[in-house]
Amino acid sequence: MSEHPTYPRHAHPYPGKLIIVEGIDGSGKSTQLILLHKWLESKGYRVFFTEWNSSELVKDTTKRGKKNKSLTPTTFSLLHATDFASRLYHEILPPLKAGMIVLADRYMYTAFARDVVRGVSPEWVRKLYSFAITPDMAFYFKVPIEVAISRLLGGTRGQFKHYEAGMDMNLSPDVTQSFRIFQSSILAQYEKIVEEFQLITMDATKDIEAQQNDMRRLVGEALKDYKPRRGTHGRRTVFWRRFDVPKSE
Amino acid sequence: MVDARYFGDGLTYLNPSDLKGKLIAIEGTDGVGRSTHIEMLQEWLEVQGYGVLTTGWTRSNLMSKTIEMAKEGNILDRWSFSLLYATDFADRLEHEVIPALRSGFIVLADRYIYTALARDFVRSGNRQWVRDVFGFALVPDLVCYLRIDVETLVLRVIETNGMNFWESGMDIRLGNDLYDSFKKYQSLLIEEFDKMAEEFHFEVVDARKSPDEIQDELRNKIQPLLTTHLRSPDLPSDHLIQPAPSS
Repeated sequence: MSEHPTYPRHAHPYPGKLIIVEGIDGSGKSTQLILLHKWLESKGYRVFFTEWNSSELVKDTTKRGKKNKSLTPTTFSLLHATDFASRLYHEILPPLKAGMIVLADRYMYTAFARDVVRGVSPEWVRKLYSFAITPDMAFYFKVPIEVAISRLLGGTRGQFKHYEAGMDMNLSPDVTQSFRIFQSSILAQYEKIVEEFQLITMDATKDIEAQQNDMRRLVGEALKDYKPRRGTHGRRTVFWRRFDVPKSE
Repeated sequence: MVDARYFGDGLTYLNPSDLKGKLIAIEGTDGVGRSTHIEMLQEWLEVQGYGVLTTGWTRSNLMSKTIEMAKEGNILDRWSFSLLYATDFADRLEHEVIPALRSGFIVLADRYIYTALARDFVRSGNRQWVRDVFGFALVPDLVCYLRIDVETLVLRVIETNGMNFWESGMDIRLGNDLYDSFKKYQSLLIEEFDKMAEEFHFEVVDARKSPDEIQDELRNKIQPLLTTHLRSPDLPSDHLIQPAPSS
């Protein structure tokens, strides 16, 4: 990327693995991550899942700000960074240090794409997240805008949310049209990000099983050298033996 | 603010060139009398006919409750600590400060980003990240720094509100007890404020002087900003209310 300076990012030193997924709403990334989670657990790995904008600390504030529509591009961006910082510290780093696999539904690249479309400076938002650690694997689920729209409208949700459709940006009074314009700009940002940060692009128009097979194959290869910490499995017997009540005759 | 500008990467969607008002920040550690002096300055300015907006640290609609909640034990890491304050600052900047400056108000800010810079530096030993985060802040027209030494500060705080957990930096535990931690933490903050005073050209006011002397000094520092901007017209003398003759 010549447009943005690249900020030095290094592989994290922890024994665990961090796998993240990115993509616009309706790309199917969350579905794929859930399926990957099931598979990893079935293989006996210890997995921790974390999701964008979910920390106790700021979730309610973001919700309130969205509801009374008082969020500006900058406060929107800062609130999400606060949420991320809090989750990095409380949810991502501890399991990584403990040698677990951490699965994150959205990571800082979401901010790089979305907040820039909302109007913050691309350099600023990258500096904002400079404390983040680089994931071991980052998947980008690439989907044409019309496919995402038909999935969201045909799916369980049935309608777009205000901010998800970028209705705060006055792009169009029609929600679907606003979603189309807003998310298309986000797709364009993601295209740059994929190159800048070397995300793994997945064809999100394929069948769910086909995508999941691809994903499992790639994750399986990446985990070849990974030695999961057995944690309680190995130690549990020892633990119980120590506290065993002696059998009285 | 004829040549208004941002510290770093600014608000790309907001052009600061049409800001007519003046932005004045009053900085200093806890217990130096910032809010008392700001009240007096507001009165003084309003009597002269200036529109005044005061804005205070953590007082944004969006964040004040969140920060209170976080301080009750939900923040432990340096990043969310600084980001919470940055969000509060951004909310006030965009919803209060910039609109007021655009309408020609004088904005008195009780603490400014320097407070956040000092606190983050004391916690992290790194200056760059927090400065990058606050890149969207407007550079004030004037920063008055109420400077106090830690020995005087300790006595003042004990005599008034007492030492609290956060003012003592107990989250980073710099001492064995509240007193030791307070003293160490506030010394480090003062040290960093002193460095920034040079770097960012603060007007330093000795906060150990009497309140009247401090207020006079503050007014003297602010006065030059005002003459270039607004001058009260002289009222025609026949409209003046003559003082009642004392008999």
